[in-house]
Parts: sequence; structure tokens; C-alpha cells
Amino acid sequence: MTAAIDGTRRERDPLARVPIGKITRHVVGVAAFLLLWEVVSRAGLFTWLPNASDSLIRFATLAADPVFLGDLAATLTAAILGLGLAVLLAVPVGLLLGTVPVVEETTRAIVEFLRPIPSVALIPLALFFFTPEINAKIALIVYAASWPILINTLYGVRDVDPVAAETLRSFGFGAGAVVWRVALPSAAPFIFTGVRLAASVTLILAISVEYFVGGASGVGRFLIEASTGIGESAMLDVIATLIWAGLVGLVVNAVLLRAERRLFRWRSA
Amino acid sequence: MIKTLVKRLWLIPVVLVGWELAAMAVASPYFPAPSRIMVRLYEMFAAEEAIGHVWPSLARVVGAWCVAVLVGVLLGVALGRTRWLADYIDPLVEFGRAVPPPAMLPVFLVLFSMGTEVQVATIIFGVIWPILLNSIDGARHVERMQIETATVFGIPAHLRVLRIILPAASPKIFAGLRLSVSLALILMVVSELKGSTEGIGYLLSLASNNADMPALWAGVVMLGVLGFVLNSLFLMGERRVLAWHHNRRRS
Repeated sequence: MTAAIDGTRRERDPLARVPIGKITRHVVGVAAFLLLWEVVSRAGLFTWLPNASDSLIRFATLAADPVFLGDLAATLTAAILGLGLAVLLAVPVGLLLGTVPVVEETTRAIVEFLRPIPSVALIPLALFFFTPEINAKIALIVYAASWPILINTLYGVRDVDPVAAETLRSFGFGAGAVVWRVALPSAAPFIFTGVRLAASVTLILAISVEYFVGGASGVGRFLIEASTGIGESAMLDVIATLIWAGLVGLVVNAVLLRAERRLFRWRSA
Repeated sequence: MIKTLVKRLWLIPVVLVGWELAAMAVASPYFPAPSRIMVRLYEMFAAEEAIGHVWPSLARVVGAWCVAVLVGVLLGVALGRTRWLADYIDPLVEFGRAVPPPAMLPVFLVLFSMGTEVQVATIIFGVIWPILLNSIDGARHVERMQIETATVFGIPAHLRVLRIILPAASPKIFAGLRLSVSLALILMVVSELKGSTEGIGYLLSLASNNADMPALWAGVVMLGVLGFVLNSLFLMGERRVLAWHHNRRRS
């Protein structure tokens, strides 16, 4: 019953300070999972599955492996560059489409046709158009990451309080000032959510490109080399890399979520 | 009616004609004109080269998505209703979602060695997380009053799940499903690009190896149409299932 009350309390106030008990329970949950993994692999239920303890040790030693660190850095660099360019591209376009209905109406059909194309389908094409492959990787990340940012910017601008915009206009501000002072700030929380969604897409694209090309440096390449190795140590490398990939995704999401809550506290309050 | 249609769609023929003219002017093999792409697309279907690759892709993506929906929703509702579990499993579920799904491909390639199983496993693993997370979230935040009322009236547990919890959680669940549709398509293509001998992804990879640019573009068009159709079907289904919800919100 107390748990149920906890649930409703958290529902009302997502920013309530995290009680110690909760973190302890998180740790217990993860520890229980690791223990189960260790028991299952030691019992030999799945011959391919390395021990949890060995995997964690490999995970730790990868942090000192210059090859792996170089690959991780390559993937993250492409992801960050791509995400930054996508913001620079998609936010102005979204503002334009959101504030000028005529443009939105005429381009909607094109948008609706381009959006469902799975971004990874463009990998082979991009490799022909952009050389070296790092450029192809970044171009694809920009393409894929732009959609959630564009759509969220569009929704955010539509959500703008018309009274605020009208007020500014009647005080003699031009269209540019209205966008800069009203539309952009009030759409900012939506845009940020779009960026957070796009961030996870960037990692998927980066790893897919690396995986397809093979020769490129990056986590995807490291995974291929690890998985084509022989014997148990190959799987150990793959699992350890997966833990790193998951951890990176988790940290990126947590940081962006926290920044979102801190930056836009005024909005939810 | 026709006027609004013209107003909405006039840009498409303009873009296509502009592309056609630009391609003629550039005359680069990497930048084929739309007419050549459509001819190649027609050739591929006429030679039954394409059909044999579209069906396996479609069967895998739809099948894997259905499995992920079934497992994700059932497991999500069960976990979401078991409140004491929440703090223990949350970090694990969040971690699972954070792993970029294409990174799982090497694992599945080792596990299943070849073919359909690898692709299905990759799709299921990738799309189950948004479904699971949203189902947990939706089931967790059902109004307590409704559940308590049902309990007081002695409504049996299975009816409580079917009639109260699932409908109350469905808007949240559908938000997760919508994300999962486009993710499923992405993973379908990624999983076919390498280590596969059939599917649209394989067609793309084949065209790229042969430097057959019109076929490459044709593959992209095929995937765009497939994505459009699957998305529209999903939205139609969603509108039908959630009609009561939208009605209630409007009134």
C-alpha cells in the first residue's frame, strides 16, 4: 500500500528529491540481475553467454584500451557534430514552417513523403555522394536527427499563445522580433524534447553506418572486429562493448532530461 | 476539393520536373532522373526480382512487430501493475532501451548464425523497449478510484485488466507503438544490409555493390512507399481503437 502512495506522490511531483531508499532499490535490482546472469552462465544454460563477472572485468579494461577509446571517440564525434548541424538546420526550418502557414501547406506533401523513408535506407546512397565516409555518416545523422527536431519545433510554434504574439505585433514589433521573442522561447521546451529524441537516433545511425562500411572507425567497426574473432573472448568483447553503448545512451539521455527539467522549470511550474 | 488538392500537391510535380531537368543537365550516373528510377523500379517488379524480396521483408517486419507488441504490452502491464517492483526494474528497462539496437546485430549473428532469425530477433529487441516502457508507464498511472471501484464491486481480475487497465493505459501504449513502427522499419533494413540473401535491404546492398544507382534509388522509393503504407495503416488502427479517448477529450 505504501508503494502505491509513493507512486501517486511521484506522479504529482516529478522533481521531488530522490529518497535514498529508491537508489538502494535500483542498486539491488541491478545486482539481482547480474547475479542471475552469473548463475545462468555458470550453470551453462547458454553456451555462448560469458559470465557476468568476466564481462564486467572486460568492460572495465576496455576503458583503458586505446583502440576502443578511439572508436568510441569517433562515434561520439560524428553523433555530436551531426546533432549540432541538425539543430542548426531543423530549428529555423521548423520556425519558418510554423509561422508561415502557406509554406507549411505547400511543403507538407513532400515532408509526408520523405519522413517515412527509413533513414538507414540512404546509407548506400550517402556513401556514393559523400566521401570520405565520415562525411556520409554525419550527413545521414543530420538527415535522421532533423525529423524529430523539425516536427517538435513545428508543434511548439503552433502552441504559441496568440495573445502574446498579437501584443508584440500591436506594439509595432516586426515578424522577426515576434519569432525571436515569443515563438522561439515558447517553443523551446518542445524543441529540446525533439533534440533529446534525436540524440538516441544519432547513435543508431552512427553505429549502423559503421557496421555497414566496416572499415570506418567507430563502435560499430569495433563490434564487427570483436564478433568475427574466435571463441569465447569474442563474445566477451561484444557484450562489454554493448554495456558501454548502453551506458553512453543512458548518460546522454539522463543529462539531456535533467537539463530539460532545469532549463524549463518555469514551464512545468 | 480539387482546388485544395492542387494547392496541397502542386509542389510535388514541380520538384519532380526540376529534378528531371537537373539530372539531364548534370548527366551524372550518381544522380539519375526520376524517370529512369521509375523505369528501373518497373523493371525490377516486372522481372519479379523485387517481389521476391519485398515479401520476406514485409513478413519479417510485421511478424516481429506483432510479437514485440504482444510481449511488450503484456509484460509492461504486468510490471506496471506490480508497484513494488518499479524501483528494482526501472534501471534495467532504461538500460535496455539505451542500447542502440543495431549494436545487438553481432550478438544475434553469433546466436542464430544466419537468416530470418537474426533479423526477427534484431527487430523484436529494438522495438520492444518503447512499447514496454510506455505500457509500464500507462498501467502504473491508472486512476486509483477506477480500480478501487472495480474491486469494491467484485469485478474479477481478468476483467479489471481488460476493461479498465488496458483502456486507461492505451493512449500511452499507442504513443509507444507509434515510435516502434518507424524503428521496426529501420531495423528491418539494417538487419538485411549485411549477412542476408533476401529482403529490400539486401537489394540495396546488391545495387550498391554493382554501382547500380537507379536500382539504389528505386529501393529507397520502395522503402518510402512501404513506410508510408505501414504508418498510415497504423494511424488508421489507432484512430479506430482510441476513438472513445479522442471523443472524450474533445467534449
